[in-house]
Amino acid sequence: MSGKILLDADALSRTLSRIAHEIIEANPDLAEVALVGIQTRGVPLARRLARLIEERAGEAPELGAVDITFYRDDVTVRGGEAPLAAQPLVRATQLDFPLDGRTVVLVDDVLYTGRTIRAAIEALFDYGRPARVQLAVLVDRGHRELPIRPDYVGKNLPTSRGERIQVQLVEVDEVDAVLLVSSPEEESR
Amino acid sequence: MTRIRLVQDELRPPGPPSRRHLLSIADLDRDDVERLLGTAQSFAASLERHVKKLPTLKGHLVVNLFYESSTRTSSSFELAAKRLSADTLTVRAAGSSVDKGESLKDTALTLGAYDPDVIVIRHPHVGAPQLVARVTAAHVVNAGDGTHQHPTQALLDLYTLRQELGRLEGLHVAIVGDVLHSRVARSLVEAFRLVGIRCTLVGPPTLLPRELPAETTTDIDAIRDADVVYVLRMQSERMQPGSCYVPSLREYSARWGITPERLRPGQKVMHPGPMNRGVEIDPRVADSADSLVTTEVRSGLVVRMAVLYDVLTGGPVGVRALAAAEVA
Repeated sequence: MSGKILLDADALSRTLSRIAHEIIEANPDLAEVALVGIQTRGVPLARRLARLIEERAGEAPELGAVDITFYRDDVTVRGGEAPLAAQPLVRATQLDFPLDGRTVVLVDDVLYTGRTIRAAIEALFDYGRPARVQLAVLVDRGHRELPIRPDYVGKNLPTSRGERIQVQLVEVDEVDAVLLVSSPEEESR
Repeated sequence: MTRIRLVQDELRPPGPPSRRHLLSIADLDRDDVERLLGTAQSFAASLERHVKKLPTLKGHLVVNLFYESSTRTSSSFELAAKRLSADTLTVRAAGSSVDKGESLKDTALTLGAYDPDVIVIRHPHVGAPQLVARVTAAHVVNAGDGTHQHPTQALLDLYTLRQELGRLEGLHVAIVGDVLHSRVARSLVEAFRLVGIRCTLVGPPTLLPRELPAETTTDIDAIRDADVVYVLRMQSERMQPGSCYVPSLREYSARWGITPERLRPGQKVMHPGPMNRGVEIDPRVADSADSLVTTEVRSGLVVRMAVLYDVLTGGPVGVRALAAAEVA
């Protein structure tokens, strides 16, 4: 897919370095921190942030992944019709450490309505009781529908609802870039 | 000049949007099966947590309508719905207005008035789920209709086979016993064909139907070639009164009962339940480490969670069977 490049590979890597630095500054006790990526692109982002934090602070935070499919608020439409959008593939939730008392940093690529984050918070609490939950996103594109505010933002990119922000990562898309794509259909998340 | 196009679909008046049902294995293709088993596996992961409930179907109503006795199927559908946060309502024919002579249609219309999202039905007559699908607005899941189909049992057996043996394609399963009266066998044979499992039906000649697309043999020693032996119960309740399929249960047990001596060491054994120990299955086999019976029950919960989730969200399920029923 083509689109206007908002962040190239260099800019993306600098942005992640800055977020990693901010996470270290805000959390003096890194042994208590866990980075939890939201499937799909939040997971490689969380992995990269964990590596950057380890390089800088000499201490690696715990790493996990959460899939929010079963926590979505648009699973079905009442009245027997099919849901508006096809349901996404369910991916693994992996939280191999106790959450209780921990500082969990949720990591996602794009923050939009906030509904994904709400679902991710609800999913987390079914696994344990974290002491606090923070949010790190690569791009905040606005249009929040819920009172959710990120703690660490890579880039604020005001968009119209007709546009889409597409984050491409080497791990999934073979290239690092953030693109602005105009899309005819509004993204439902 | 008006051109008349002979396309049947275009001549039909626009009906309500088709809903998803699971009435028969024939409703599914290979992709549907893969998706259902994959979803079931995700649900299995959620059941290992401290909090086993998911909010997925919050606010939905699942009605379980059981006209035949059942332990496993009804309890697992009820628990599956509860684990997904749906409300459940279980109606059993015994003790309900069915005792007072209410027809299936009227019972379905009554329960349909509560606006259920899913109706799970078990009924002694073939086609009862299709009738419920026609007269209500709910998604219908067949939990066994007469000797016809029991699709969720076949799906949970596929799930069990994959969990235990690591694959489906290329396996060989011998189904032993009263195949003639078994809806489980009918669903299994179709499901095995979908995923590429070789299937041999073994039993007395009177209890082996010819029309099923599987190899048949009366020789019990044929089970030794199979990776898994799937044992069926003698379904006396479905046999015509006075009819005679086997001389006696003792005779059946002696010739076709599954004993440790008839199995290869390590050969896995499955049974949909309820078991009649000492008739079709030796208690030593039922209690052995190679028996997958309790694994099947555990699979039943997650597979039924996947089916409930799938009819409400997933692929086109049940449209084919319902369309066929409408034409008929």
